[in-house]
Amino acid sequence: MTGSTEPIISVDGVTFGYGDRPVLEAVSIDVEPGAYLGLIGPNGSGKSTLLDLMLGLRRPDDGTVTLFGEPAHAFEAGERIGYVAQDATKAVGDMPVTVREAVKMGRYPRRLVGRFSTEDRRAIREAMEQVGIADLASRRVDRLSGGQRQRVFIARALASGADLLALDEPTVGIDAESREAFYELLCGLNATGLTIILIEHDIGVVTTYATDIACLNGQLCFHGDPNELVETDALTRAYGTDQYVIHHDH
Amino acid sequence: MLPQSLITVGSSAPNVRRFGGLFAVFEWFLEDVYGGGMEILADLLGVTMLGYPYMQRAYLAAVCIAVIGPLVGTFLVHREMAMIGDTLAHTAFAGVAAGLFLNATLSLTLSPLLTALVVAVGTALLVELLIEHAGAYSDTSLAIVLTGGFAVGSILITATDGGIAVGIDAYLFGSLSTVSKENVGILVLMSVLVASLLTLAYRPLLYVTFDATAARAARLDVRLYKRLLVVLTALVVVSAMQIMGVILVAAMLVVPVAVGALVARSFKQSILLAIVAAEFAAITGVSLSYVYGIAAGGSIVLAAIAVYAVVLGLRKLTREVRVAKTPHARDGRSGDGIKADGGEE
Repeated sequence: MTGSTEPIISVDGVTFGYGDRPVLEAVSIDVEPGAYLGLIGPNGSGKSTLLDLMLGLRRPDDGTVTLFGEPAHAFEAGERIGYVAQDATKAVGDMPVTVREAVKMGRYPRRLVGRFSTEDRRAIREAMEQVGIADLASRRVDRLSGGQRQRVFIARALASGADLLALDEPTVGIDAESREAFYELLCGLNATGLTIILIEHDIGVVTTYATDIACLNGQLCFHGDPNELVETDALTRAYGTDQYVIHHDH
Repeated sequence: MLPQSLITVGSSAPNVRRFGGLFAVFEWFLEDVYGGGMEILADLLGVTMLGYPYMQRAYLAAVCIAVIGPLVGTFLVHREMAMIGDTLAHTAFAGVAAGLFLNATLSLTLSPLLTALVVAVGTALLVELLIEHAGAYSDTSLAIVLTGGFAVGSILITATDGGIAVGIDAYLFGSLSTVSKENVGILVLMSVLVASLLTLAYRPLLYVTFDATAARAARLDVRLYKRLLVVLTALVVVSAMQIMGVILVAAMLVVPVAVGALVARSFKQSILLAIVAAEFAAITGVSLSYVYGIAAGGSIVLAAIAVYAVVLGLRKLTREVRVAKTPHARDGRSGDGIKADGGEE
């Protein structure tokens, strides 16, 4: 994990659109090391686009994004980023990849060819143990439950030695019990210093688990402490209607 | 009418002679080492066809195709791009026709396989570019390229004075007798190239196939590896075309992979099982083709489908037996081993 106090991500005055359709306008936000940032907003509010910009997967039309102190699009140390994309669990299809093979992918940016070192193998084993899937190592990912698959993706990020874990609506289609366990796992990982950015539809989940919230609707409506969110009109401005926040029990 | 030498698959001799030294080594291997071994095998097994040089070449070509087809096909199928094999095969046909057309009209001695390779690789890159710009894998675009390629091919073979349709059947349906020394040499070389490139790029290709977005976030050059995969597909398609035929060549990229995916416990195992299934189908198909005088491509594909059907049937049977032995299944409860959220117990 990073020991620096500089923001891991710094988004400064970013504007972005798809063709003529504006998506984000003059958004500025910093993500501090060790933060657990929840990104919320209605459909089409630009959450996934902002995450893509933060990770350097898109370039802004205007403004700047830095990732670990470098321009995000030019950042090359991919092993420092763990990303769980929207619908990643469904995208597995019937591909016969085992849990171990999937977690090993976390080491690929460091070792594209050649034998894995002792350190590589240790990182893979520890990542599986950390998220509680070591006993599933030889099982095919496509034959696991949604919750178990999510743990595989998290383990892949941990195996890479990521400082930043980004998740885009990771629990869609997962049952309530597995969701709670999954968010508890993320909390535990955040406590070890891992910086997390989570896009989530369920505002209650974000206000319960995240340490930092950003509410979007093309513009940044709110950024700050989750407890302060309900005291502002940010949710009404973002969603257009009143929102009732249901907290989840830890 | 064109001389037969220009319209058979073995018209690449002038190109091959440029690699004289290398080819001489291969010829020695093919005739003395491999051919000698096959003759011993023919005597031991009492199977005469193994002793015929053209059958020896056909077996070698089929064995090579059965390695590289599933090797590349495994990645294609799991990227849901199986259709691209068929598309490239049909455009490769246009390449063959272009070669024959140029030879006929300009009195050249181009190898049709070379022109097929150029056209197939060019089309592969073009299709990948189209996909990148369209932002999605499009069946419609592929269907347009596929039919367009075949249309160009059909026009070229009929546009030449007197027509060059003689010998084109060998490309359409595959043939054992047209696998010349030169072409089997090219096939072996292509196989080594494809297998080497795939081995070198195995990890990034696997990552990109499994989770392209995460691979991109991890700073793998996803675009490069996608392009590499389609170029390798073009190489496989052109290599396999002479035995399998344009119309059926894509089957070697798909059917054995389906067999592997049915029973494999890991991705590497699925590749190995797909190769085993393909080898069985290739050797059976070539043998049946000789014995009954039927098209090689068709018999290989049917053998592969038979393997798939048998494995699928055995898998279902094994599952039913397992379920019947499970105590709670006998009690009338669900015995499929699936939890409420979709995971296995």
